[in-house]
Amino acid sequence: MNMSILAVLVIAFLAGVEGVVDEWEFHQPIIACTLVGLAVGHPLSGVALGASLQLVTLGWMNIGTAVAPDPALAAVVAAWWISGPAHLPVAAGVILALPLAWVGQALTRLLRQLIVPLVAQADVAAAQGDLHRISRLHLYSAALQGIRVVIPTALLLLIPAAWLQHAYQALPTSVQGGLRVAAGMLVVVSFAIVINMMASRQLWPFFFLGFALATDQHLSLIALGMIGVALACVYVYVWPTHGSGPHDQQGGGSSADDEDDLDRELDDL
Amino acid sequence: MSATTRHPGELTLGDQLKIFGRSGLEQAAWNYPRLQNLGFCYVMIPAIQRLYATRDQQAAAATRHLTSFNTMPYMQSLITGVTLSLEEQHANGAAVSAADINAMKVGMMGSLAGVADPVWWGTWRPILSAFAASLALSGFGIGGPLVFFLGWNVARLTFRWWAQRWGYRQGLNVIDYLSSGILQKLTLGASIVGMFVMGALVPRWTRVQLKATLTTSAHTDYALQKLLDQLVPGLLPLVLTLGCVWLLRHHVKPLWLLVGVLVISLVGTWLGIFQ
Repeated sequence: MNMSILAVLVIAFLAGVEGVVDEWEFHQPIIACTLVGLAVGHPLSGVALGASLQLVTLGWMNIGTAVAPDPALAAVVAAWWISGPAHLPVAAGVILALPLAWVGQALTRLLRQLIVPLVAQADVAAAQGDLHRISRLHLYSAALQGIRVVIPTALLLLIPAAWLQHAYQALPTSVQGGLRVAAGMLVVVSFAIVINMMASRQLWPFFFLGFALATDQHLSLIALGMIGVALACVYVYVWPTHGSGPHDQQGGGSSADDEDDLDRELDDL
Repeated sequence: MSATTRHPGELTLGDQLKIFGRSGLEQAAWNYPRLQNLGFCYVMIPAIQRLYATRDQQAAAATRHLTSFNTMPYMQSLITGVTLSLEEQHANGAAVSAADINAMKVGMMGSLAGVADPVWWGTWRPILSAFAASLALSGFGIGGPLVFFLGWNVARLTFRWWAQRWGYRQGLNVIDYLSSGILQKLTLGASIVGMFVMGALVPRWTRVQLKATLTTSAHTDYALQKLLDQLVPGLLPLVLTLGCVWLLRHHVKPLWLLVGVLVISLVGTWLGIFQ
């Protein structure tokens, strides 16, 4: 058990770095929960939570200066509660992840302020021409991002599994059922965030086309993807002949105003 | 020194690989209000070491790259590529000033972020991760996460390396390419695929089942869900999603939407509307 706790903390570190760096995507629930599941020896429950939680978080993105809710802390700790000794159901994990994501977001914002003196040190190092020190300071910041998730994870791992089980079993069955319903319904918020980011008047028809085709259960997700790409190719190819120039009414986010609006919205998350 | 055989102010392939490697931590020192400034400087350090011999020159170059910077992280590779080309010219005495380099960075970072955000965060990640999640939930288990991890990182690393090399080779010509509208087309295409697939995900991935029945006479009960499915399957998820988009447009925070959906689920289940 001690080894798996150590492994969970290592995963928390990786997820914490990635939550800000956004490169290898270890903080995405489908990866983080799977890794935690593997670490505690129940990979399948980790994958099940990761996949369900991924659908809830797929619209959370750091754009411009905005900080989205942080899936890193949420995914690692929820996966511990599902795959670890507490063995809570997947739906409970999805719901519990939400307040954790909010805490993670607050910690990310806080660290972006706390790190300012460290960046000021880099200015001093640059003035002295000390390039190695600049590199070191940057690596320290990366480590701080990891620690940002490791510490709260370690604290939450201290909660005895029995407490969590008792708390869950104390819930009335109608509430437990409600949580299951919520876990299936919460995905619409993420879909809405992504749609809101890209939607413009000329793009809405494609949304309804996708919706209508997907109600035919014979079409697989890959087939739907191919239809989408084909439609995009045809449209973009034909587009320049549609009277007004290509710069006038682009899809979302291309004009500076749109981007600022979006920043503000996402900042308020 | 091994570099004696080549021109002193020229970047080697090794330098470029080091810079490429450092790009993977570009956002680590994200701070207010200078954003990715330390990250960009960190990425440039192998080039500064190669191009500038004296400590004063190195100090000037490092300080210049510590000014505020922010873009979509993968687009930083393209900007870095162009910066490398300009720094090389600057170091070799060509007519490229430090102010020119900064102006290029500031000019590119905003517009490139605007076209890259919808492609990577708005289209590729939601689609790839939803596909991986569907694989995972339909019995492929660990294959789902693997598909996501490989699909994402192969695309990301290929793009970053290609963008950095292309930017370095083309230098300021990149700006001509970008103003030709090719990127806008790419973003438009990606947004179309994104909207289409989001439309497809709504009925496939939202689980809402009505429990209630409609009593029309003493003998016939209609299950409401069956009735709705006769109209359009996934009608309820569609209404919910459009409602959320409408609320987002009216500046309701996503956090409140999550809380709202949770409350609706709990109350609805308690009242016996959902199952």
